[in-house]
Amino acid sequence: MPLMKQAHVDDPDGLYAAILEAHTDLSENESAALNARLVLLLANHIGSADVVREALTTARKSLGK
Amino acid sequence: MTDPRQLAFAHRRSADQDRLQPAHHPVVIVGAGPVGLAAALGFAARGQASTVIDRKASLSDGNRAICWSKRTLEIMDRLGAAEALLDKGVTWRTGKVFLDDRLIYTFDLLPEAGHRMPAFVNLQQFLFEHYAIEAAKRTGLVDLRWQEDVTGIEPTTDGALLSITTPVGSYRILADWVIAADGARSTLRRLMGLGFEGRVFADQFLICDIHIKMDRPVERWFWFDPPFNRGRSALLHRQAGDVWRLDFQVGSEADRDAEVKPENVAKRVRAMLGEDIDFTFEWISLYRFQSRRLKRFRHGRVLFAGDAAHQMSPFGARGGNSGVQDADNLVWKLDLVLRDQAPERLLDSYDAERIPAADENLLNTTRSTDFIAPKSMASRILRDGVLALAASEPFARRLVNSGRLSVAATYDGSPLNTPDGFTAGDCPTTRPGAAALDAPLSDGWLLAALDRGFTSAWFCAEGISADALARMEAASARTTLPVKPLIVSDATACTRYGAASTPACFLFRPDGYIAARWRSIPPDAIAAALARATGR
Ligand SMILES: Cc1cc2nc3c(=O)[nH]c(=O)nc-3n(C[C@H](O)[C@H](O)[C@H](O)COP(=O)(O)OP(=O)(O)OC[C@H]3O[C@@H](n4cnc5c(N)ncnc54)[C@H](O)[C@@H]3O)c2cc1C
Repeated sequence: MPLMKQAHVDDPDGLYAAILEAHTDLSENESAALNARLVLLLANHIGSADVVREALTTARKSLGK
Repeated sequence: MTDPRQLAFAHRRSADQDRLQPAHHPVVIVGAGPVGLAAALGFAARGQASTVIDRKASLSDGNRAICWSKRTLEIMDRLGAAEALLDKGVTWRTGKVFLDDRLIYTFDLLPEAGHRMPAFVNLQQFLFEHYAIEAAKRTGLVDLRWQEDVTGIEPTTDGALLSITTPVGSYRILADWVIAADGARSTLRRLMGLGFEGRVFADQFLICDIHIKMDRPVERWFWFDPPFNRGRSALLHRQAGDVWRLDFQVGSEADRDAEVKPENVAKRVRAMLGEDIDFTFEWISLYRFQSRRLKRFRHGRVLFAGDAAHQMSPFGARGGNSGVQDADNLVWKLDLVLRDQAPERLLDSYDAERIPAADENLLNTTRSTDFIAPKSMASRILRDGVLALAASEPFARRLVNSGRLSVAATYDGSPLNTPDGFTAGDCPTTRPGAAALDAPLSDGWLLAALDRGFTSAWFCAEGISADALARMEAASARTTLPVKPLIVSDATACTRYGAASTPACFLFRPDGYIAARWRSIPPDAIAAALARATGR
């Protein structure tokens, strides 16, 4: 299955707020650490290295890389 | 037993030195480290004489390698030199990884029974060399020339002229074939102007071997961020005779001279193992690790092996172990070429098989080194994330990388492999290009039953039928080289070779690799597979 690029969560604003909220009391370094751990957890949940690679490429592209 | 490090290797003036014309030798091996010695033992096991030249006068240049893998032991066993390694070394299979002082991950390198050799034996490199030298002497086929330094090489189309400097003048010899096993700083590589490309890691590691009586299990213990080496890593591993390897990451900025002062090292040792311990130093050394290899290992009649061909960081014990596999891969091929039983181009498969193997080793050791000593902020954050999660989340434990330990390489895509006769996905562990798996037989072990030449084996769990034996013998009789027919009906062996319910036929190479496999005994296919596996 390729990377899902269409929206498929019920409450996008709520999801966005939840991710943001997890960072509220964190320093910049802690935020970076949180993101890294989140990536590891989600990548394992996805399980497919191809899908994760596609997500990485898409994310880098959005940085102009 | 006297300490082999006290033994002095005398220089013996060889008759070659008094000749007017350079003496002629079929095989000259430069370097009597583990790799050169494994090559010499390999030739001797095939009845082939070799000349080994080494500049050293003793074995005492540090303990260096300590972990010898199952594959190395299997090779040395075939060469008649494993007994002392098993006898004197300490065997182990378990690794433990700690974060701070908490155990976060345990691995078992040999979770199944039914293998003759253990996952690993730990033995100081000089002892490995000592027993290999003893074994080489016993063969009577290895001419060991100590305190002789190869200082020049002129490759020709059918050999190479070597210049050798000895304590009593210099001489030259003409070799048909040269095995360059002269280590990471290879003289032959430099003399031939060959590039050695790759990475050098900035981080420094302090290696210290101590003699101490300790009642700890023979396991590989690795720490990230331990209380005694904050923010860095450390390793503790037992060797033979109450000697322990301690390895401290000391960072890229550490002052070399200060770090190796025994009083400073002693502080580290006491912080790690306790203030009141009683120990003596065996060896102290500070390292920066490298990841590099030659573009090609075969240069006409000069063949590079071991550290001369590739250098890697020691996390994973892949340096010496892969070098021994290089030698094992090379020797049977060169032996067949020397006997005119295979064309010279068979030696191109040395590159085709051992370069991908070196790349796999370099990839693994580089990844381990990057995990142990992260080079960027992002890399450190990710690594620390893995370690923190590993304490509570099982998935993250598999990502913890303190070294992925050496296993036999698989030669997928080798030109010597015959296309797989099994259907896709059927028993991938014994596919063509894989190293033979050991298994117990009613009268010994499978690896020991394989011939020094080629072996064709019929795995049939239902038992030995006269008909199958006759067909195996008939098929083996059609080949250009002798092939030893073998029938195996032992349950574990049949299961390991995918023949628990349907029989199968395998062709094994002289180095115990699988060249081909089928679900039947194809009358002409064994001859064709043998031709392919010998470069015809
Ligand atoms: C700290 C440390 C730990 C390690 N741990 C492990 C481990 O646990 N397991 C493992 O498998 N590997 C390990 N290694 C790697 C291992 O030590 C090497 O890969 C191994 O020594 C390579 O063997 P070699 O025979 O290719 O080269 P070497 O052992 O370097 O031998 C080369 C020989 O060539 C001789 N020579 C060189 N130039 C000339 C010349 N011009 N003329 C004549 N003779 C010459 C030298 O005297 C030497 O004897 C470790 C390395 C280090 C540094």
